[in-house]
Amino acid sequence: MTTLTPILTKYWDRPDSFTRTAYEDDGGYKALRTALGMAQDDIVQAVKDSGLRGRGGAGFPTGMKWGFIPQGDGKPHYLVVNADESEPGTCKDIPLMMANPHALVEGVIISAYAIRANIAFIYVRGEVLHVIRRLQQAVAEAYEAGYIGADILGSGFDLELVVHSGAGAYICGEETALLDSLEGFRGQPRLKPPFPAVAGLYGGPTVINNVESIASVPSIVTNGADWFASMGTEKSKGFGIFSLSGHVTRPGQYEAPLGITLRELLDMAGGVRAGHRLKFWTPGGSSTPIFTDEHLDVPLDFESVGAAGSMLGTRALQIFDETTCVVRAVLRWSEFYAHESCGKCTPCREGTYWYKQMLKRLEQGQGSETDLDTLLDLSDNILGRSFCALGDGATSPVTSSIQYFRDEYIRHFETGGCPFDQAASTVWAGAKA
Amino acid sequence: MSFEPEVLERLERDAKEIIARYPKPRSALLPLLHLMQSEEGYISEHGIQLCADLLGITPAQVTGVVTFYTQYKQHPVGEYHVGVCINSLCAIMGGDQIWRELSEYVGVGHDEATEDGKVSLERIECNAACDYAPVMMVNWEFFDDMTPEKAKRLVDDLRAGKQVAPTRGAESVCSWKQASRVLAGFNDGRAGEGAQAGYASLRGLQLAKDSGWAAPEPERGAE
Repeated sequence: MTTLTPILTKYWDRPDSFTRTAYEDDGGYKALRTALGMAQDDIVQAVKDSGLRGRGGAGFPTGMKWGFIPQGDGKPHYLVVNADESEPGTCKDIPLMMANPHALVEGVIISAYAIRANIAFIYVRGEVLHVIRRLQQAVAEAYEAGYIGADILGSGFDLELVVHSGAGAYICGEETALLDSLEGFRGQPRLKPPFPAVAGLYGGPTVINNVESIASVPSIVTNGADWFASMGTEKSKGFGIFSLSGHVTRPGQYEAPLGITLRELLDMAGGVRAGHRLKFWTPGGSSTPIFTDEHLDVPLDFESVGAAGSMLGTRALQIFDETTCVVRAVLRWSEFYAHESCGKCTPCREGTYWYKQMLKRLEQGQGSETDLDTLLDLSDNILGRSFCALGDGATSPVTSSIQYFRDEYIRHFETGGCPFDQAASTVWAGAKA
Repeated sequence: MSFEPEVLERLERDAKEIIARYPKPRSALLPLLHLMQSEEGYISEHGIQLCADLLGITPAQVTGVVTFYTQYKQHPVGEYHVGVCINSLCAIMGGDQIWRELSEYVGVGHDEATEDGKVSLERIECNAACDYAPVMMVNWEFFDDMTPEKAKRLVDDLRAGKQVAPTRGAESVCSWKQASRVLAGFNDGRAGEGAQAGYASLRGLQLAKDSGWAAPEPERGAE
């Protein structure tokens, strides 16, 4: 049996956990002192050896990303933290920054030192006021303690750290769109290559990492790469925060080694809500193809979830029971993608708009099985045909729901409407049951 | 219309501070627009002109950015801007019913404000609080585990000028303009208020403690 491994979440129950004093009491900023006594390349190597892979969804090896930054090039380097958490279902970075912003700040300082960046940014979505306050405060406290600024702890290393609030655009979670946004433009993705490691912010070498990835770095510096790699599976090392939401008895954040299964996590969370059973779920947010009760024992690591036909994504486990209409869920996600498509690439801009139009009609029972073929054909014309992955993500719920629940779409056409009672899916319906 | 001279002077002072944070001035555009909203509650034509003047770009370039981001409002919103999450999970957990009932109760639709200017409503997308669904936001503070009844009471309280406390946030909701100032990067000193974490955020940790589970101990001598 896999058990939970609180590391980033370990001190979240301390009422003052977000203060520097509390963080230092619990061993915080020791990793920074250790790191500043190490050669930069040794830190990069330690992160490579740990096997840490990006926690923002794509799972690219963090140390390798750092290794792509050209050294001795005389150009300014930049570190940018992607704190634009917006993928539907994903809700781990926000509580992390609320309860433990100093873990992120310490991670930023160490990571910036390692890639030889003297300016770092935390790009946080603008719709989370109190999280922004906590970040601003943590950064101010770190400046006061001499952890940020000129000649940090006498090391000769200088760093400025800016908390930058976004303004409401899911697409800015895409790393190159984030850079455009941070430069003061509309947040639209750039064509890659060149990758940000070569030409990123202001055209300079830039590392962009997710909040949880960066916040994991101090623990690797303190406890060693082997310690980190002792958790998880062969190619998906370490721990991660798993977010359970929806029709589950005790939704919340569960920090565990990668490779834990939904069956294990559901056991811990008290199972699907009383009197109901699992119908479908997302392993890593709405952009990852849905799974069903056939997939309860798939190890939640990058390889196993991929082999089963989806993606680990952000470990955003949205749980839906048998009262839920899958067509309705997919319609709402499609409306989301249509709203959030930046409009740069035609297949995504037009395709998501078509999705929205068609699914609205199908959900109301005004369609035929031919429409499902059209939806799949349309998906083929979106997938892989745009600059970034937003359009790809939009196809995931559509194609996977047709794969697993074709009959349910057809039942809509047969009954001339949605056969589900929406009231039965609500939280308050569950309370009465 | 334009800004009063003393307002302009204050905005320019704040803007200078914002621009100084960045290696290149244009990076300051998003926070500058939040600053404009902290003054006027929305982005006006003279707000756009001021941003353009401050950064040496055209009003068209500023407008292109304003229209891209949903948090920038092109007409006045309420003193309390109320969002109801209608993304799939929240919608299914009850967000759709909350929206229907609340919108009817308040008498305004998406992106509309009440006549007294107190409250505006918006259908919002996922706000990263799914473990507390259905979720609402007021001036970007979290209101977790909502119901139609709680939503109506909340709006009544806001319109009556009562102090309202978010579930996870400061001790009371500040005004839209005050919130915008924080987004522009000016710390309002309220970070210490409110709980460090909500109950759902702590569930895994609590279970681990109750079960005696912990991360492995590092080997001695590890770096």
